[in-house]
Amino acid sequence: MIKPDRIVTTTCPYCGVGCNLQVHVKNDFIFKVSSPFDSPVNHGNLCVKGRFGYDFIYHPKRITTPMVRRYLLEGKTLEGIREPEFVQHGNQAPAHDLQSADHNWDWVETNWDTALKITADKLVEIYKRDGSDAMSVYCCAKATNEDNYLLQKIFRTQFRTNNIDHCTRLCHAGSVVALQQAVGSSAMSNTAAQVITNDVFIVTGSNTSENHPIIALQMKEAVEKYGAKMIVADPRRIDLVDFAELWLPLKPGTNVPVFSAMAHVIVEENLVNHDFINNRTEGYTEFLESLEKFTPEYAEEVSGVPAEDIRNAARLYANAKNAAIYWGMGISQLSHGTASALSLIHLAFLTGQIGRDGTGLNPLRGQNNVQGASDMGAMPFHYPGYMRVDNNDNAAKWEKAWNVEPGGLSRKLGLTQTEILGHAHMGGVRALYIMGENPMMSDPNLNVTRHHMEQLEFLAVQDLFINETSAFADVFLPATPFAEKEGTFTNTDRRVQRVRAAQPPRGQARPDWEILCDLAKRLEPRLGRANSAKWDYHSPAEVFAEMANVVPDFAGVTYERIDKVGLQYPVWDKDHPGTPTLFIDTFPRGRGKFTPLDFIHVMEEADDEFPFILTTGRVLEHWHGGTMTRHSALDEAYPEARIEMHPADAEMHGIIDGMTVRVTSRRGEVILRVTVTEKTTVGVVFIPMHFAEAAANLLTNDALDPQALIPEFKACAVQVFPARENQLANPDAVLNRGRY
Amino acid sequence: MADNLTLTIDGQQVEIDPGSTILEAAQKVGIDIPTICYHEATTSNALCRMCVVEVEGQRLLQPACIVKAANDMKVKTNSERVIRSRRTILEMLASTMDLSDAPEILTMIEESRADVNRFPQAERRETEVKDDNPMYVRDYSKCLLCWRCVQVCADDAQFTFAINFSGRGFETQIATFFDRSIPETTCVLCGQCVGVCPTGALKPKREFLLEQGMSPQEISVLNTGRKKRRKP
Repeated sequence: MIKPDRIVTTTCPYCGVGCNLQVHVKNDFIFKVSSPFDSPVNHGNLCVKGRFGYDFIYHPKRITTPMVRRYLLEGKTLEGIREPEFVQHGNQAPAHDLQSADHNWDWVETNWDTALKITADKLVEIYKRDGSDAMSVYCCAKATNEDNYLLQKIFRTQFRTNNIDHCTRLCHAGSVVALQQAVGSSAMSNTAAQVITNDVFIVTGSNTSENHPIIALQMKEAVEKYGAKMIVADPRRIDLVDFAELWLPLKPGTNVPVFSAMAHVIVEENLVNHDFINNRTEGYTEFLESLEKFTPEYAEEVSGVPAEDIRNAARLYANAKNAAIYWGMGISQLSHGTASALSLIHLAFLTGQIGRDGTGLNPLRGQNNVQGASDMGAMPFHYPGYMRVDNNDNAAKWEKAWNVEPGGLSRKLGLTQTEILGHAHMGGVRALYIMGENPMMSDPNLNVTRHHMEQLEFLAVQDLFINETSAFADVFLPATPFAEKEGTFTNTDRRVQRVRAAQPPRGQARPDWEILCDLAKRLEPRLGRANSAKWDYHSPAEVFAEMANVVPDFAGVTYERIDKVGLQYPVWDKDHPGTPTLFIDTFPRGRGKFTPLDFIHVMEEADDEFPFILTTGRVLEHWHGGTMTRHSALDEAYPEARIEMHPADAEMHGIIDGMTVRVTSRRGEVILRVTVTEKTTVGVVFIPMHFAEAAANLLTNDALDPQALIPEFKACAVQVFPARENQLANPDAVLNRGRY
Repeated sequence: MADNLTLTIDGQQVEIDPGSTILEAAQKVGIDIPTICYHEATTSNALCRMCVVEVEGQRLLQPACIVKAANDMKVKTNSERVIRSRRTILEMLASTMDLSDAPEILTMIEESRADVNRFPQAERRETEVKDDNPMYVRDYSKCLLCWRCVQVCADDAQFTFAINFSGRGFETQIATFFDRSIPETTCVLCGQCVGVCPTGALKPKREFLLEQGMSPQEISVLNTGRKKRRKP
C-alpha cells in the first residue's frame, strides 16, 4: 500500500463537466486519483481519462527546456518556407531531436532569458514593421482563466490587435452566436446535475457518454431512477439510445428541418405556451410564416426520420412539465451551425421550457475551460465578460483597467481562428503565438492548414510536447500542465473551480501565467510602453481579482469563496450565492428573439463518386488532437483510428470488419482499419479526430458558417476503398475492445 | 410529511425522519457503528454484517445499514452479543482473505481484539493478480465481496454492467461475464469500482507498479514503445 506524500484537491483537465479530483502524489508522481463523493458536480464518479489519464505529465517526450531554432540564435533570417520535421502520415509523435536537412532549422535548447528575449524581439520587429494586423494569437481552452486573461491582455495592450481567438471557434461558435442573437447570453442556462429534475429531455448532436461521461451518467440516472423520458436525435446509434424513449436518426446536417418540424407540430396541435410567447419573446408572427414549409413529412423526406416520430417527440417535449435540451457539436459544427442552434432555441421559446429549474437550453461545452477562455475575452469580438470591442465605453473601461492611453485599444473586430491562418501571407498575418492549441490536428482541411502554417514568418508555441503544430514553431516555450500550476477553470455549467498544483514543474517548465508575465515585461520596454499595464502579479489570485474588478459577472468570485466548492457565475457581489439557473425573469437582451429559418443543405452531399457522408467526433479514451492522451496509457486502451461503417454499406462495397481501407474526400485521404457496426447509419461513416496517422481533418470541409465562422466538421462526402494493411502507419496498433 | 420517529439507541433518545435506517439514526447522535460493505454512495445490502445491532424484541441481530428505524425501537449497538458477533466476522475474514491493503479493517481487528488465528484450518481464497488492462489490476485474494464494485458498475453509477458475482458459496467471486478479460467486456475503464473498493483488491495500475518496486521514471516509459499486436 502506497502512502501518499500529499493529496491535492483540484479540477479535472479534460472535458467541460469539471469533475472534482483528489490527486494522490508520491515522490512527485500521481499514482492514484479519487473524487470526493459529496462533490456537487460528479458525486465521486470519474471517467477513464479523469481517473487514469495523467501519464503525459511524466512522458519522456515532454519538453521541459526552452528551445529555439538555430537560425534565431545565430541572428540569421530563415530563407524560404518553414519545413517541419513532421509528416502527417508518418509517426504520430515527431521527435524533437530529428535532424532536418537545413541546420538553421534545428532545435537548440536554451534558457528562459534567451528564449523570451528572442520571442519579444521577433514579435516587436514584426509589429513595428507591419503593425497590429500582422499579429495574432490562439489562446487555450485547456489553460486557466488567468492564463487566458493575461494572454489576451498582452496582445490587446501591447500589439493593439483583436486577432485573438481559441478553439471555441471550432466547437460551439454556432451555438454561441445563436444564443447571443436569441437571448443575449451564451452559456448553459441550467446546471447539468438538474437533468434528474427533467421530465423530458432532448440530447442532440452529442455523444454524451463518450464526451461528457459524467453528465451521461446523470442522464441515465434521470431515466432509470427518476422516470424522465429521453429523446436522442443523432445520426449515430450512440450509447444513450439504449436508454431513450425515442431515437431520431437524422442525416448529418438536417437538424433545421427536424427541429423546425417539431416546432410546426407544436404550433399545429396548439401545444404552444402563449403566455411565454407574449410576455418573453418577439418576432413570433414572422417566425410562424417560416414554419409552414416544415411539415413532418417534408422533414422525413430530407432527414430520413419518420414523421410520426417527429410528431411524438414534439408532443413529449411540449407537454412535459419540465423539459430541457442538451446539445453538442452535431448542432454547431455545420456551415449553417447558427441556424441549427436557433432551431433548438425556438422549441424552448414556443413551449416556455426555459427560465425554470429542470428546463433550459444547454450547449455542453467541450473543453475543461472553453467557457472560461471565452469569458476571459480570448475572442476577436469581445473583451472579458463579452464586452464588444467595437464599443467605445467598453474599450474605455479596459483602457482604464489596463492603464492604456485613451483610444489606445483597437476598436476593430479581430480575425477568428478560422481566418487567422488564411491571412498568413505577405501583407497579412505574419506572427502567431499559440498557447496549447493544436490547429494541425483540429482545423478542417489540414492540407490547406499546413500550407498556411508554412507561410507564417514567426510562430511561438507554448505547450507540453512537440506536436503536429509545434513542429512548425520557431520558439518553443515549455509550459506546465494542470497538475503543476494554480488557477481556475470554468466548467460547462458556469462553475468557477480551483486548480491546484500537485507537484513542482518538471525540468525548467513554468506555469503559463508566469511565462506570459515575463514575456510582457520584455515587450513593454521594446514598445516604449513601459509600466503601462502591470505585470508583476504574485499569484493567479491577483490576476483573477483584476478581472473580477471589471467584469460584473465575477464581482463576487474570490479564491477564498471557491476554496472548497466552486461558484456558478453570475455572482454579483461578495454575498451572492451564484446562479444555477439563468433567465428566470428576463433574458439579457430583454425579449427572446425568434428568427425565421430556411433549410440550408450541407455544402457537400453524397454523390456517385463520393457516396458516403463522413461525420467526425471523439472517442471516450482520447482527447482532441491527442497531445495529452496519446502520450499516456489511454493510447494503449485505444491505439488506432477506426472508420465506422454500417453493415449494409460494407456488404455493398465488399468491405469486411477489420479490413484496411483508404478514405478519400475532395481534399485529402487517410488509410485506416474499418469497424463494421450498426452504431452508424446507412450512408454515414464516422472517424474520430484524434489520430495524426489517419487525421480525420485531412478530409473535412473548411466551408464556414457565415455568422459564426465555424467549419463544417460534421458532414463531407467521401469514398471508401479497400487498401493494404502494410499501408497503415502502424499496422501493429490494433484496437481490440469489447465495447467497440 | 409524516412526523418524525423517536427511538432509543444505547439509552439515548433519537428523533429522525421516517425511512431512515438505524445506522443513520446512530450517526445523527454520534454513535459509531462499524461498517465494512456500507458506502454512502452505493445501495446497502447488509452483506458483511459488521453493522449488526441488537433490537429489543427481535430474535436475531439486525444489520443497521438496511433496517429502518421505527418508533419506540430500543437498540443496543455494543452489547456483549453484538461485540462477539463482530469479532467473529473479523476473525473469519482474516482467516480467508488478504487484509493487508485494508487499514480500516485492520484497525477494527486491533480494537476488538479479534484473534486472527482463531480458524487455522480455514481455506484461504488465493487467486493470481489479474493484470489484463492498462488502467487497473484486480487482486481477488483481497476481495471480501462487499458488492460495491458491482453496484457502481451497474445502476448505482455507471450503468455499464461489466462485472457481477460468479460461482456459489465459498467459490463466489467478482467476475466479468464468461471471465473474459476486461478489454473484451463492456467495461469503459472508468474505475468507479476502484474508487469504492475498501480492501485494495482493485487498484490503479500506477499504484500497483509502484508497489512492485518500479520507479516513476520506469513507469513513465512503459507506454512509449511500439504497440504489441494482441490478436493475430
